[in-house]
Amino acid sequence: MIEIENVRKSFGQLEVLKGINLTVKKGEVLTIIGGSGSGKSTLLTCINGLETIDAGRIVVDGTDVHAKGTDLNKLRRKLGIVFQQFNAFPHLTVLENVMLAPVKVLGQSKAEAEAMAVKQLSHVGLADKLKVYPSRMSGGQQQRMAIARALAMSPAYMLFDEVTSALDPQLVGEVLDTLRMLASEGMTMICVTHEMKFAREVSDRVAFFHKGVMAEIAPPEELFDAPKDPELQTFLAATH
Amino acid sequence: MISYSFHWNQAFKALPQMLDGALVTLQIAILSMVVGLAVALALTLFRLSGNRALSGFATGWVEIARNTPALFQIYMAHFGLGNFGIHLSPYTALLVGIAFNNAGYLAENFRGALKAIPDTQTRAGRSLGMTPLQAFRYIVLPQMLRVAFLPATNQMVWAILMTSLGVTVGMNTDLAGVTQELNARSFRTFEFFAIAAVIYYLIAKAVTLIARLFAARMFRY
Repeated sequence: MIEIENVRKSFGQLEVLKGINLTVKKGEVLTIIGGSGSGKSTLLTCINGLETIDAGRIVVDGTDVHAKGTDLNKLRRKLGIVFQQFNAFPHLTVLENVMLAPVKVLGQSKAEAEAMAVKQLSHVGLADKLKVYPSRMSGGQQQRMAIARALAMSPAYMLFDEVTSALDPQLVGEVLDTLRMLASEGMTMICVTHEMKFAREVSDRVAFFHKGVMAEIAPPEELFDAPKDPELQTFLAATH
Repeated sequence: MISYSFHWNQAFKALPQMLDGALVTLQIAILSMVVGLAVALALTLFRLSGNRALSGFATGWVEIARNTPALFQIYMAHFGLGNFGIHLSPYTALLVGIAFNNAGYLAENFRGALKAIPDTQTRAGRSLGMTPLQAFRYIVLPQMLRVAFLPATNQMVWAILMTSLGVTVGMNTDLAGVTQELNARSFRTFEFFAIAAVIYYLIAKAVTLIARLFAARMFRY
C-alpha cells in the first residue's frame, strides 16, 4: 500500500504540490490526469524518493520514504518507474539493459538474471531484440524495454510517468497495450497520462490534478461522465 | 654552400640501440597513460564529489598541468623535488612528470565527456535501486570513456612525444636519450635525429591505428 499524506513540495517560490492525500492499495490501477505543471509527475518522483518533499509523508508498505534512516536504494527495488524519456542505456544491448540491475543490485547470478530478462522481454514482445542495441530500435520498442527493465526487479508497484508522451502517435498503441496487459495481470500501478481513453479503460480510480491540488478522484465512469470539479469539466472539454 | 656529407651507414648501425630506446619510450608513455588515466578518474570523482577541498585540489591540478610547460613539470619532478630531499631517477621523474601532465588533460577531457551524458541516465539507474557509485560505474563511466576515447588517444601520442623531454633531466635510455648520446659521440646529428624522428612518427601512427581498431571493436553501439 502506498499512503500519501498531506504532501507538500516547492521548487523555489513555486509550490507544485499543495497538500496531496492519496492511498493506493495493492492491485489497484490509479491514473492521474491533469494539465502540465499540475504536479502529477512530481508526485511520482517523490514516491520513489528521487525528489524530496517539504511536508507530509509518503509511506510505502509501512516504510516512510523520506524518513532519515530509510534505505532508498532498497526501497526502490519494489517501486519500478518508467519515464517519458526512455532512458535506455545506449552502451548495453537490450538484454544487458534488463540484466544490469538484477545482477548489480539484487546480486543475482548472470544465468538467473538472463532467464528473468528473457522472460520479461518476451512478455513485452521484444524476444527477438535481445542482442540489439537500443539505438537500433523505435521509441515504442525502447519504451517497452524500459518497462521490462523495471519489471525484472520484480517490483510490487509500477509508476508510469507519461510514458507515451515522447512517442510518435503510431507507436503509442503498442506501449499502452503493454500497460493494459500489466493492469490485467493485477500489477499495482500509478500512471500519469494524457491518454484519456486508456485511463477510462484500465483505471480503478482516476485522479485529476490541478495546480498542485488533487481536485477530484473517482472511478473512471464517474470522473469522466459526471465530473464535479469545474476545472476538470474545462479540462475534459478541452481534451475531447 | 652545403658541404655536409651524409654518413647513413654509421647511423643505421646504431638502429638496434635506437629501437631498444624506442621500447623504453613506449614503456614510459604507456605507464604514464595508465597512471594518468587512474589519477584523471580520481580527479573527476573529486570534482563531482561536491566536497570543496577535493574539487579545489582537482581543479588546481588540472589548471597547473594544462597551463605550464611540460618541460617544467618534468624538471620539477627531478630537480624541484630533489630540493626537498625527494630524489627521483631520471626515468621515474620523467614518468611522474608526464603522468602529471596526462592526468590534467585527461581529467578535463573526462569533464567534457560527462557533460555529453544526460542526468536522466543516472536517474534511471538510481530508480533501479543503484547507489550513486553503481550508477556512475555501470552507466555513466562506460559512456564517458567512449566519448573520451579518441581525445585520450591524442594524449597518448602527446605522451610519446613528451618522453623526448627526458634528455633534459639526464634520461639516456629512451629513444631521445640514446639518440642524443650517439650524436654526442659522432656528431652525425642530422642522420641520427632523422632516424629517431621516423621511429617516433611510426610509433605515433601505430598507436593511432591500434586505437581506431580497438574503438571499432569496443564501441559497437
